[in-house]
Amino acid sequence: MSKITAKIVAEHGLSEEEYQRVLDIMGREPNLTELGVFSVMWSEHCSYKSSKKWLKTLPTSAPWVICGPGENAGVVDIGDGQAAIFKMESHNHPSYIEPYQGAATGVGGILRDVFTMGARPIANMNALRFGSPDHPKTKHLVSGVVAGIGGYGNCIGVPTVGGETNFDSSYDGNILVNAMTVGLANTNKIFYSAATGAGNSVVYVGSKTGRDGIHGATMASTEFNEDSEEKRPTVQVGDPFTEKLLVEACLELMATDVIVAIQDMGAAGLTSSAFEMASKGGVGVEMDLDKVPARESGMSAYEFLLSESQERMLMVIEPGKEHIAQAIMEKWELDFAVVGQLTDTGRMVIKMNGKIEADLPIDPLASASPEYDRPWIKTEPQEDFSLNENIFPDSYLETLKQILGSPNMCSRRWIWEQYDHTVMGNTVQRPGGDAAVIRVQGTLKGLAITTDCTPRYCYADPYEGGKQAVAETWRNITAVGAKPLAITDNMNFGNPENPKIMGQFVGAIKGIGEACVELDYPVVSGNVSLYNETAGNAILPTPAIGAIGIMPDYRKSVGVAFQGEGEDILLIGETLGHLGQSIFLREISKIEHGAPPKVDLVIERRNGDCVRSLIGDNLLTACHDLSDGGLLVGIAEMVLASNIGAKINDISGKTALVCWAYGEDQARYLVTTKHADQIIKRCKSLSVKVLKIGITGGADLSFADESIAVTKLKEVYEGWLPDYMVTIN
Amino acid sequence: MKSAIIIFPGSNRERDMVMALEASLGTLPLEIWHADTDLPKVDLIVLPGGFSYGDYLRSGAMAAYSPIINEVKNQAKKGVYILGVCNGFQILTETGLLPGALMRNSNLKFICKDVHLKVERNDTIFAEGYKSNDIIRIPVAHHDGNYFADDDTLRMLEDEARIGFRYCGPEGEIDVVNNLNGSCNNIAGLYNDRGNILGMMPHPENAVENMLGGTDGKPMFDSIHTGLVRLLG
Repeated sequence: MSKITAKIVAEHGLSEEEYQRVLDIMGREPNLTELGVFSVMWSEHCSYKSSKKWLKTLPTSAPWVICGPGENAGVVDIGDGQAAIFKMESHNHPSYIEPYQGAATGVGGILRDVFTMGARPIANMNALRFGSPDHPKTKHLVSGVVAGIGGYGNCIGVPTVGGETNFDSSYDGNILVNAMTVGLANTNKIFYSAATGAGNSVVYVGSKTGRDGIHGATMASTEFNEDSEEKRPTVQVGDPFTEKLLVEACLELMATDVIVAIQDMGAAGLTSSAFEMASKGGVGVEMDLDKVPARESGMSAYEFLLSESQERMLMVIEPGKEHIAQAIMEKWELDFAVVGQLTDTGRMVIKMNGKIEADLPIDPLASASPEYDRPWIKTEPQEDFSLNENIFPDSYLETLKQILGSPNMCSRRWIWEQYDHTVMGNTVQRPGGDAAVIRVQGTLKGLAITTDCTPRYCYADPYEGGKQAVAETWRNITAVGAKPLAITDNMNFGNPENPKIMGQFVGAIKGIGEACVELDYPVVSGNVSLYNETAGNAILPTPAIGAIGIMPDYRKSVGVAFQGEGEDILLIGETLGHLGQSIFLREISKIEHGAPPKVDLVIERRNGDCVRSLIGDNLLTACHDLSDGGLLVGIAEMVLASNIGAKINDISGKTALVCWAYGEDQARYLVTTKHADQIIKRCKSLSVKVLKIGITGGADLSFADESIAVTKLKEVYEGWLPDYMVTIN
Repeated sequence: MKSAIIIFPGSNRERDMVMALEASLGTLPLEIWHADTDLPKVDLIVLPGGFSYGDYLRSGAMAAYSPIINEVKNQAKKGVYILGVCNGFQILTETGLLPGALMRNSNLKFICKDVHLKVERNDTIFAEGYKSNDIIRIPVAHHDGNYFADDDTLRMLEDEARIGFRYCGPEGEIDVVNNLNGSCNNIAGLYNDRGNILGMMPHPENAVENMLGGTDGKPMFDSIHTGLVRLLG
C-alpha cells in the first residue's frame, strides 16, 4: 500500500489541518481509497464546510413545511394530502468544461433528488449566467447548455417551464447552470434517506458504474485555472432514457412497502450516498464492491467509490423483500444488485476480492465534517446615484428600443422554444411570463414556479440584493395569482477564503433570511457553489432563488399579455424613481455604481397581498411585476406578449421623467382591468398606492409625446438572441 | 368502443393522450406494454409521443422492431384505426405503415411552440369535426419532425390527397416562412391509402382545454368518438 505523501494529500484537496483530522479520526494512516473518500466527503461541495455556519441562520419552518433542508429536497404541503417537493442545484463547473453533458447531468441530478423522495417530477426550471456576449466562448456555452438542458428534460418528459438568463463578463470563465425540479407526491408517501435496521439489505439500482466523473465533487470545490480543460474526464455523461426508466421504476416500487430508505447517487456517488444514509440513520454499512454492477472491468475500489456515473440509486430494503424490487427493476431493464447490509457497528466496511479496501467510522466523516468560520469583510454600501442632466435621454422610446434589443433584456424565446414546456398536459402559464403555472392534475389547483436573482444588485449590496432576490420571486408568484409558499436557494459565489467574497456570502444570507422571515416564506432546500473564480476573477455574487406558490383555482391565473383593447392600465405600488443599479444606467449610460433599490418588506407584502386578492376576485385581466428596466420596460413586455399597443400618460409629477420611466423601485405591479374604479377604491382602503397610467390598444406604444410601432419593438426584442446565435465570430 | 395506447419505456406523452382520449371517448384506453405480444381487438390504437427507447439511434427505429409492433401491423391491415403522434408518427414511418421519413428539424434544434396547421381534408374519422381548409393552432414539441419523401412518393401523396395537415401561417399561408421544420410540402400529418392510419407531428392532445393550450385539438378526439359510435352502431 502506497504511503500517503503531502503531495497526495494536496492533490485530494485536503489542507494540512484537515489531513491531521483524518489521522486523528482513523487512528492510523488511511490508505489511498480511504483518503479518496475523505477527500470527496469533506469537499466544499459535499460538506458545506464554509457555508454551514451561515446556512443554519436561515428560517426553514412554517406550518406548511413538511421537510426543510437536509434531505434530498424540500417538501411543502399543498393541501388535499398532496405535497410539492423541490430543489435547485448548481452544475456550474462541469457545464463550463463540457456544456452539453454538464447541463444535461445537472438536470438529471436535480430530477433524481426529487423523485428519490417519492415525487413525480412535474416541472423543471433553470437559472443560467453566461459571460459577455463578446467573449469567444459564450456562444458555444449558450448553445451547449441550452441543448443539454433540453436534451435531458425533453427526453424524460418533464416540462421545462421557465427560468432566467443573464450575460455579464464576470461569468466569462465561470458560467452558472442552476437547475430546479418540482415534483408532486402524496403526503403519506414521502421517502427519506435515513438508513435504519441492522441486517437490512443495501440495494443498488439503475445504471452500471463506470470510470466517469471521478472526483467531480472535488473539482467543483476549487477555482479554475488554465488547466481546467484537462478536467473534462471528471464530467459525467448523462443518459436521460435510463433516468426515465429509473423514475418509472422507482415510483412503481414506491407504491409497494419495501423501501426503508432511498438516496440517489449524486456528487461523490456511492460513497456520499452510503455515508449520508448511514449517518442519518445511525447505522453501519458493509458493502461488497464485487457485487456493484460495473460498466468496465478492472476498476479499483477507489474508482468504484468515487465514480459519479449517472442514473444510479441506493436503497435500503427489508431482507426477504428484495425480489419485489428486483422484479420491478427487471421489468424496466435496469440493473439491480444487493451490494451489502446495514450493521450496528457505525463503520463503513468496503470489501473487494475478499479483501477489506476501506474501513471508516461513519459519523466523524459525514456529520462531523469540518466547519469553518471563515473571516469576512462586510461589503461597504454604495452611495445613492445622484441624478444629473447628462443622462436624460433625447428620446424615451428610442432608448426603450435599445434596451429591449440588449443581451440582458431581449426575449429568451430562442432558449425556451428548445425546451418541451407542454409535455404532461398541465402547463397553464408558459415560459415568458413572471411565473409558470402548472395545473395539479386531477384538481383545480395551480402550482406557480419561478426563479430569480439580480446579481448586479447583489454585487453593489449583498444584503439588499439577497432580500431583493427573495422578494422578486415572491412578487413573481403573486403576479400570476398564487400564494408564495417557500423557496430553494442556490448560492453561487467566488472563493470563500477571500474575506471579501465571504462577506458577500454572509450579506446575501442575511438579506435572504430577513426577507424569508418577513414574508413567511421559508427556505426548504438549497445548494452552495463556491470557488466560482478563474485567475482571481470572481463571479458577481449570485444567490439564485427558486420559489413555488399555490393557487386554489388555476383558471384564475393571469399572465403578462394584454387581453384586449381599451382596458385601463394601473400601476400598483409607489414610484420614487430609484435609478441606481438600473438597467437604464447600465445599458444606456454605462454607469455601474450606486446603491441598488431597497426592498421595504412591509410594503412588499401589503402590495402583493392586495394584487393577489384582485386576481382572486377576477378583477384583473393581466398582471406583470416590475423589475429589471422599470416601468417602461414592463409596459413594453406586456405589449410584446400580446401584440396590442398601449398609450401611457406622463404623470411623473415631481419625479424626473427618466426616473419615472426607468427607475427600479420595488414592490410594484402593472395590471390591466375593466374595473379600474373598484380597484382604486380597494387599493386606497388598503393603503396601497395606485395610479391609472394609461390604456391598452392600437398598434403603437405611446409614451408622453412619443410613439413607436409595436412591430418595431418586436423586431429588436425578438431579434437579438437568434441573430447573436447564428453569427460566427 | 375500445381503444388502446401502446406504452414504450420512453413514451412521455401517454398521460396527456390518455386524458384527451378519456375526455372525448368517455372511456380509458387499454395501456399495452411494448414487450407484450398480444393486443386485444380494439377499435383504435394510439402510438403516443416520447422517445420510445431513448431514440439515440433514429427516432422510432428501434420501436419499429418492438415485440408489440407486429400486432399493431396486423390490426392496421384489418382496418383498425391508428393514430400516431410525434414519436408515434416516427414509428409509423419506420414500420412502413406510412411512407417517408422524419429527419432532424432543418434548424437542427428541438422546437416547442404553437403552430398553425391547415386541415387538408375532413372526410376521415380523425378530422370530420373540422372544416376542410380550417386553420387550427396546436403545439409541436420535437427534434425530428422534418418530413421527407422522394418526389414520386410526394406526387402520389398529393394525387391521392393523403396529406392530413400542413404547417401554415395564421392566415393559412403555406410557404417556406411558415414551414416549421423543413418538411417536404409543409407536411405535418398524413394518412395511409385506406385512411385508417393518421400520423402527425403536432400534438392535438395538448390542445383540448381552455387555458391549457386551447381547444383546437379537441375536434379530433370528438371526431374519433362520433365516427366510432356511428361505425359500431
